[in-house]
Amino acid sequence: MISAGRWLVLSAVVPMLAACTGNLHLSFLDPQGPVAAAQRWHFFEVLGIMAVLVAGPIFLLLPFFAWRYRYGNKASRYAPRWEFSRLLEIMAWSGPIVIVVVLSFILWRDTHRLDPYKPLASDQTPLRVQVIGYDWKWLFIYPDQGIASIGMLAMPAGRPVSMQITSATVMQSLFIPALGSQIYAMGGMVTRLNLEADRPGRFLGENTMYNGNGFHQQHFTAAGMTPDDFSAWVQNVRAHGTPLDARTLQLVAGRSTRAALIDALPGKATHDGNLYFTHVSEALFPAVVQATLDGRAQLPRSALAHADPDRPRSADAPHSASASTP
Amino acid sequence: MSIAGIFEHPLGRLGPDALPFWQMLQHPTEGNIINGCVATGAASMVVIGALVMVVLLTRYRRWGVLWSDWLTSPDHKKIGIMYVAIAFVMLARALIEAVLMRAQQAFGLSGGFLSPDHFAQLFSTHGTIMIFFMAMPFLTGIINYVMPMQIGARDVSFPVLNSISLGLTAAGAGLVMVSLVIGKFSTGGWFGYPPFTEASFSPGVGPDYWIWSLTLASLGSTLTGINFAVTIYKERAPGMTLMRMPLFTWTALCTSILMIFAMPPLTVATAQLALDRYLGFHYFTNALGGNMMNFANLFWLFGHPEVYILILPSFGVFSEVISTFSGKVLYGYRSLVMATMAITVLSFTVWLHHFFTMGQNANMNAAFGIASMLIGVPTGVKIYDWMLTMFRGRVRFTVPMVYSFGFILLFVLGGMSGILLANPSVDYQVHNTVFLVAHFHNMAVPGVLFGMLVAYHFWFPKAFGFRLDERWGMVSALCWIFGFMAAFFPLYVLGVMGLPRRTVAYSEASYVPLEWVAFLGALLILVALGSLLWQLRVSIRHRDENRVAAGDPWNGRSLEWATSAPPPEYNFAVIPSVEGRDAFARAKEEGCAYQSPDTYRDIELPRNSAMGPVTGAIGFALGFGLVWHIWWLVILSFLAAVTTLIVRGFARDTTRVVPADEVRREHLRWIAAVNATTAVSRVDECRPVNDGRARYEAIGVAP
Ligand code: HEM
Ligand SMILES: [Cu+2]
Ligand SMILES: [Cu+2]
Repeated sequence: MISAGRWLVLSAVVPMLAACTGNLHLSFLDPQGPVAAAQRWHFFEVLGIMAVLVAGPIFLLLPFFAWRYRYGNKASRYAPRWEFSRLLEIMAWSGPIVIVVVLSFILWRDTHRLDPYKPLASDQTPLRVQVIGYDWKWLFIYPDQGIASIGMLAMPAGRPVSMQITSATVMQSLFIPALGSQIYAMGGMVTRLNLEADRPGRFLGENTMYNGNGFHQQHFTAAGMTPDDFSAWVQNVRAHGTPLDARTLQLVAGRSTRAALIDALPGKATHDGNLYFTHVSEALFPAVVQATLDGRAQLPRSALAHADPDRPRSADAPHSASASTP
Repeated sequence: MSIAGIFEHPLGRLGPDALPFWQMLQHPTEGNIINGCVATGAASMVVIGALVMVVLLTRYRRWGVLWSDWLTSPDHKKIGIMYVAIAFVMLARALIEAVLMRAQQAFGLSGGFLSPDHFAQLFSTHGTIMIFFMAMPFLTGIINYVMPMQIGARDVSFPVLNSISLGLTAAGAGLVMVSLVIGKFSTGGWFGYPPFTEASFSPGVGPDYWIWSLTLASLGSTLTGINFAVTIYKERAPGMTLMRMPLFTWTALCTSILMIFAMPPLTVATAQLALDRYLGFHYFTNALGGNMMNFANLFWLFGHPEVYILILPSFGVFSEVISTFSGKVLYGYRSLVMATMAITVLSFTVWLHHFFTMGQNANMNAAFGIASMLIGVPTGVKIYDWMLTMFRGRVRFTVPMVYSFGFILLFVLGGMSGILLANPSVDYQVHNTVFLVAHFHNMAVPGVLFGMLVAYHFWFPKAFGFRLDERWGMVSALCWIFGFMAAFFPLYVLGVMGLPRRTVAYSEASYVPLEWVAFLGALLILVALGSLLWQLRVSIRHRDENRVAAGDPWNGRSLEWATSAPPPEYNFAVIPSVEGRDAFARAKEEGCAYQSPDTYRDIELPRNSAMGPVTGAIGFALGFGLVWHIWWLVILSFLAAVTTLIVRGFARDTTRVVPADEVRREHLRWIAAVNATTAVSRVDECRPVNDGRARYEAIGVAP
C-alpha cells in the first residue's frame, strides 16, 4: 500500500514539473545552461572562422582552377615547369599558421573557462550530486538530502550542480548535451563535472561510452525545476522512495537495464519508469569507489547506513544494518 | 592447467555452440532467428567463397601456379598485388557490415532487427577490418608495387621478409574471417578498451580474436615498415637523392617510419591485455592496481600515428596523380616534403585528443588541443600546393582526377570538423557521438579510401598491361562521392543532436529522417563498390582494346612508367641513373627515353621461398589455438615457428640469376614494341588508340 501511495504522489509531481517545460532538449545548439551556451558560441565561432578563411577560398578556387586550366581550354596559360613562387609559398604557410594561432587563443581561453572541473560562478552553493555508473543505469545520489534516483536527475534551475562521478563497472561517459560537457566515469576513480540549468525543463541524459547490450538504454532525464519544485520533489522522494538497502543495491549493481531492474523491484517504480531511493548514506559513494578499487563485491555495512535526512549525519551513522523499510 | 588438462579438452573451449545457427536452433525466438539467419548467411558466404576458390583452383589445375607464381614469390610486385586483393575482399565484407548497421539504425526507433550483441560485433569487426585489414593492406600493397620502381630498384631490401609480412597479415585477416563462422568476434569496438574487454566483463572468445588478429597484423606491419624504410635508404638508383624522390616515395618513407615507431605500443597494449585475460594479470582491471587509462594512452600512442600511416600514402598518390593529370611539375615539392615530415613528427604529439574527457586538467587538454590543430598547418599547405599544381596546368578530367576533386573538397570539410574536435570544449560535447563517426569517416573515406582507389586506377595499367574502363570508373567515382556525402553528412547533425555512436537503437523520433538519408547513402556506396567490380569485369573482357604494353598510358613522370606494362620481374633491364626530379618526364622531354644500353649484365634475383605462406599458416594456427584454448595446437605451432626459423637459417641457395642474354632479349623486344607504338596525344588518353606511349606536348611553354 505504501508503494501505491508513492506511485500516485510521485506520478503527480513529476509530470507537473515536466508539463510546464515541454519537450526533451537534446542538443547544445538548443542550450539550457551556461556551459552548453558557451560551447555553442565556441562551436560557431570556430566554425565561422574556418568557413570564411579555410573552406571559402578553397571551395571557390578549386573549381575555378579546374575549369580555367582544363585540358580543352587552350586559351589559358600553360606553365608545365613552373614549380615555385616565394610569395605564394609564404602565403601557403603563413595563412594556416595565422588561422591556427587565432584558433589557439580561442581554444586556450575556452578550455580553461569551460573546464568541467571548475566550479561554476554563482551566488548559490552548488548542489552536490554523486553519480555511480552501473551497467546499464546511472545512480544519482544526493548526499546532502540522503536520497538517490535512477532515471531522473532533478536539479534546481539557476543553481550549479557539482557532480562526482565514478563507475562500479566498465568505463562509461556521463552526458547531458543540452547542459554541457560529458566526462568519463571510471572504476576506482572519481571524476568531476559542473553543470547548471538556466530554467526548468527536461534534458536528455545518456551514456556515450559503449558498455554492452543495454548501452543504448542507459538514458535518463535531467530535469531543471524551480527551487520550490525541487524542494517538493526532495520531500516527495523522502516520503515515498524505496530504502536503498543491501538487497536493493545488489539488484541495482547487476548487469541489467533500468527496465529489467524495475521488473526485479515490483511496485517500486513511478509510472515514468524511474526509481527513487531514501536512506542513502553519504558513505555509499566513497565505499563503492573503494570496493571497485579493491575488487570486492560487498560493501561495508556502514555504507548502507540508515540515513535520517532531517538531522546532520556523521560518516558512520548509527542505525547501519536496519535499512529495510521506513 | 596441467599436462593432462592439455589433452583432456582437445578442442579447448570449442563446441557446437560456436556455430552461428546454434542459438537459433536451441531457442527459436523471433529475434534469435533473424540474427541467426544473418550470421549464418554471412558465415556461408565465407565458407562458399572458400569452397568456390578451392573448386576453381582444382578444376583449372592452378594450385601449382598459385603456389609457385604467387604465394612463394618474393617479387615485390606480386606481393603488392596480393595485398591489394586481400584489401578488396576485406573492403567488401566491411562495407556489407556497414550497410547492415545503417539499415539497423534506419529502423532503430522501434528497436530494429539486430540484437545489441550482433550490432556490437558489426561495428567492432567493421572498424577493425577497415583499419587493419582493408586500409593497411591496401596501402602496403600499393607501396610495395610502386615504391621500388619509383626509386629505380629491383626489389625491396628483404624480399622474403616481405612475403612473411604478407603471410602474417593474411593470417590475421583469416582469423577475422573465421570468427564469422566459428564463435563470435569482440564487441569492444576497434580500440577494445578494457575493462570491458577484460575476462570478467567479456569472458567469450571475442576479444581474443581481436587481440590475436591485431597482433598478427601489427607484427606484419612492423616488419613491413622496417623493410620499406631500409629499401628507401639503401636501394635508390644512382643519382636518386632523397630530394629527387617522387613524393609518393616520400610519403612511403614517412609512413614506414611511423609504422616502426607506432606499432610497438599497440603490440604491447594487446599483449598486456592478453596477459590479463589469459594469466590473470592486472594491467587494466579496475581492481588490484590495474588502470585502463594506461591502455588508452598506449592504444592512442599507436592510434593517432596510425591514422597518418593511413593518410600519408594517399597524400602521395594524390600528389602524383594531380601533377600527372595536370601535365605539370608538382608545385612546391620542397614544401610538400617538409609538410609530410612535419606531420610525421607532430602525429606523435597529439594522442591525448582521443580522451579529452578522461578528466585531466585544462592545461593538459589545451596543450594537446593546440598540438592537434597544428597538424592543420602542413595539411593546409598540401592542399594549397595541390591546387597550385593545377594552376597554369592542363587538367584532364579522368577518373583519378574526379576522385581528387572530391577528395580535396570533402577533406577540407573533414579537416574543419577535426579542428572543431581539437577544441576540448567542443569535444566535450561531440565526443563519442556520431559527429565523431562522421569526422573520421570524412577523413577515412575521401582521404584514405579514395586515395587507394585512385592508386588502383592509376597503376592498374602498369600492373596488368591494360587500362580500366573509364565509363564505369566514372560511375563508381560519382557514387562513392555522393554516397559518402549522403551517408555521413547527416551524422554530423545527428551527433550534434546527441546521438551516441555505437547505438543499436534510439528513442528519439527526430533522428529517423536523417538516419534514412544515411542508409540510402550507404546503399549508394554499395552501388559504387558494385560498379567497381563490374568495371573490373568489363575491363578484363575488353582488355585487348585497352592494352598499354609500351607502359606509359598517362604521360607519367616518375621511373615506374619507364618500364613495360607489366614490368619484367627485375623491373629495369639496367638500373637507371637519375639526374633530377620527375626522371622519366625529363627523359621524354630530352628525347632520351626508351634507350637500350650497349651492355647488359646478369641480374641476381631472390629465389622463391615458402617462408611467407608457412609463417602465415603457423601464425594462423597459433592464433586460432590461443583463441580457443587449444593448448596442444599452441605448443605445436610455436615449435613449428621456431623450427621454420632455424631451417631457414640453413638455406644457402637463396638467389638465382637471370642471364644477361635473356635480359637483353626481353628489353630489346620491348624497345622495338615501343618504337612501333604511335605516341598519342592526351586527347586520346582514354581511347583504345592509347597503347601506352605519350606524345610530347609542350604548347605555349612559359618560364
Ligand atoms: C565506405 C563506407 C563506410 C560506411 C558506410 C561506414 C559505416 C560505418 C558505421 C555505420 C559505423 C558505426 C557507427 C557507429 O558506431 O554508430 C562505422 C564505424 C567505423 N568505421 Fe566505418 N564505414 C565506412 C568506411 C570506413 C572506412 C574506409 C574506414 C577506415 C579506413 C572505417 C572505419 C570505421 C571505424 C574505425 C569505425 C568505428 C568502429 C568502432 O566503433 O569501434 N569505415 N562505420
Ligand atoms: Cu581515470
Ligand atoms: Cu588522433
